[in-house]
Amino acid sequence: MSFLELNDLRIHFPTDDGLVKSVDGLSFTLERGRTLGIVGESGSGKSVTSLGILGLHKGGRAKISGEIWLDGEELVAASPEHVRTLRGKKMAMIFQDPLSAMHPYYTVGAQIIEAYRIHHQVSKAVARKHAVDLLGRVGIPQPDRRVDSYPHEFSGGMRQRAMIAMALSCDPELLIADEPTTALDVTVQAQILDLMRDLQQEFNSALIIITHDLGVVAELSDDILVMYGGRCIEYGSAEDIFERPEHPYTWGLLGSMPRLDRERTERLTPIKGTPPSLINVPSGCAFHPRCAFEPRTGGKGRTEVPELLETEGGHLVRCHMTREERRAAWEQEIKPTLESE
Amino acid sequence: MSEPSESLLSVQGLEKHFPITKGLIKRQVGAVKAVDGLDFEVRKGETLGLVGESGCGKTTTGRLITRLLEPTGGKILFEGRDITHMSQGGLRPLRRDMQMIFQDPYSSLNPRHTVGAIVGAPYRIQGVKTEHGTKKAVQDILELVGLNPEHYNRYPHEFSGGQRQRIGIARTLALRPKLIIADEPVSALDVSIQAQVVNLLEDLQNELDLTYVVIAHDLSVVRHISDRVAVMYLGKIVEIADRKGLYEAPMHPYTNALLSAVPVPDVKGRTGRERIRLQGDVPSPINPPPACRFHTRCWKAQEVCKTVEPPLAELATGHRVACHFPENAPKDAVPGDAATQVPA
Repeated sequence: MSFLELNDLRIHFPTDDGLVKSVDGLSFTLERGRTLGIVGESGSGKSVTSLGILGLHKGGRAKISGEIWLDGEELVAASPEHVRTLRGKKMAMIFQDPLSAMHPYYTVGAQIIEAYRIHHQVSKAVARKHAVDLLGRVGIPQPDRRVDSYPHEFSGGMRQRAMIAMALSCDPELLIADEPTTALDVTVQAQILDLMRDLQQEFNSALIIITHDLGVVAELSDDILVMYGGRCIEYGSAEDIFERPEHPYTWGLLGSMPRLDRERTERLTPIKGTPPSLINVPSGCAFHPRCAFEPRTGGKGRTEVPELLETEGGHLVRCHMTREERRAAWEQEIKPTLESE
Repeated sequence: MSEPSESLLSVQGLEKHFPITKGLIKRQVGAVKAVDGLDFEVRKGETLGLVGESGCGKTTTGRLITRLLEPTGGKILFEGRDITHMSQGGLRPLRRDMQMIFQDPYSSLNPRHTVGAIVGAPYRIQGVKTEHGTKKAVQDILELVGLNPEHYNRYPHEFSGGQRQRIGIARTLALRPKLIIADEPVSALDVSIQAQVVNLLEDLQNELDLTYVVIAHDLSVVRHISDRVAVMYLGKIVEIADRKGLYEAPMHPYTNALLSAVPVPDVKGRTGRERIRLQGDVPSPINPPPACRFHTRCWKAQEVCKTVEPPLAELATGHRVACHFPENAPKDAVPGDAATQVPA
């Protein structure tokens, strides 16, 4: 069994307006030492998935079904108290906005020490030394002094480093980073991505990186999962997704993005329309109202939900078009428009 | 420098220092030098991109040009007229020619006003009468930016982020301005929607003969839409050039570092790519480093960088850079006045 395994995970929220199906049947596996990138637009269910794995929807209004297996333990049915003992030690999270994720009234050191002492029976002095070590390791200058600083005394990049130090304090085996660099400038982002790559190699942990930035995903990920409307629509190795993507939505994301590593294209090719509401997910394939290839499915796109099927060597695609149709469309119609004249 | 007739907006030595006060009597103890001596011009019909990290003064520059902030020094010329210290009353007619698109489509629209009221406000404030009434004019603009004219009576909360940004753009266009300052126009939007709005801005420019100043931190978006690009660092322009020159042969080390830091979705090349890693953060604009402001993070810095400020010198046609040791510079170019002080 894999280190992390999700089986048909569903996270639904009942609201006054109707049932919000944030995650609707998600399955994937992840091994130690591997990095999975989850890509999608706002409302695609990426963050809800990560909070679900950490058990942070327990006790709320969320209706959760399916299975989450972490190192042989099932977490959906587990008690909140038990999941709490795993959080921090077995799995940890790096949040997007460190200023709101850290407590403004406590020093950075105190917040790292608190988490460490919950999981380890050590004295304050030992925990403090550990905190200083960690801050030094993530590249904060003069860690023995900065350990007593408050979050507001740190710059954005340093705060994100402190956040990473906090997440690493108990050597978690699963690390989830939710948009870890979105709030940062590019030069600082590059520093943080390097840091995460180095730390993962050092600890051999499993890393899930959630982002809307395809560039960030390409930098770090071994495997990539593309989400749309609460479902996985394409899954494969980083090469599969960037070199031979097969889902029209993935094509659309690639075409929407101006790229510095290629000649400038005269025009971007956006996806028409807007991401779906999760209360009224379109019938059939959730992407069909925005899909340029929908007419080729002979009406199936509007009525039937396509299944997530393997096309080749672990590359999964949820689309009604046949493999041959998709490959022909990518090679002949999409790829030439991405590589400019 | 181009012919003055071509230039729509010209900025000379522009400065904005925000005072830092202390104590009961608000004694001034220092200043945040957000913008500290900018020189550039914007030509009719072009798009000038303004890039830099947070805190480099991009947004302040945009607000100074539109005179939402009062400059503490320098000059702003719009169509040859000095508007640097023009009164609010004097500025009002100018507002028709100069408009702004804001970053956040959620906070820049009044939630209690209908789309019709929001987009129609410029007509009301400026007292403009249109041929078939304001409503018709507003509906025409809504159609122009790709919204349904029948949504005239809806409220902003009924629209998605991308649609709201279109409403903001419609309001900007109402009075057919000549110059539009767009402050991070797409950074709050999803990737697929970003491309829609970028294409819309380009179409509108061709159709209505607009001039843009686009402020953004995303270097790939800036390359896509700009004709010329200015790179800012700590309140100063360190490099300004046309798109091709800046992206293909960047001269300033900071520009090189910025470009190499952008993550690119190229999976095959990710192991072989050499990156320039800048250490640390941008220094504080309260006490910026002396002389060349980038010397604290620059790997090429030498003694001269700490003592002599490099001028923004034109080293290739239309390519100006403020550096003592520029890269990709033509051989015969003299890098500022440093050539005499630096052994070759």
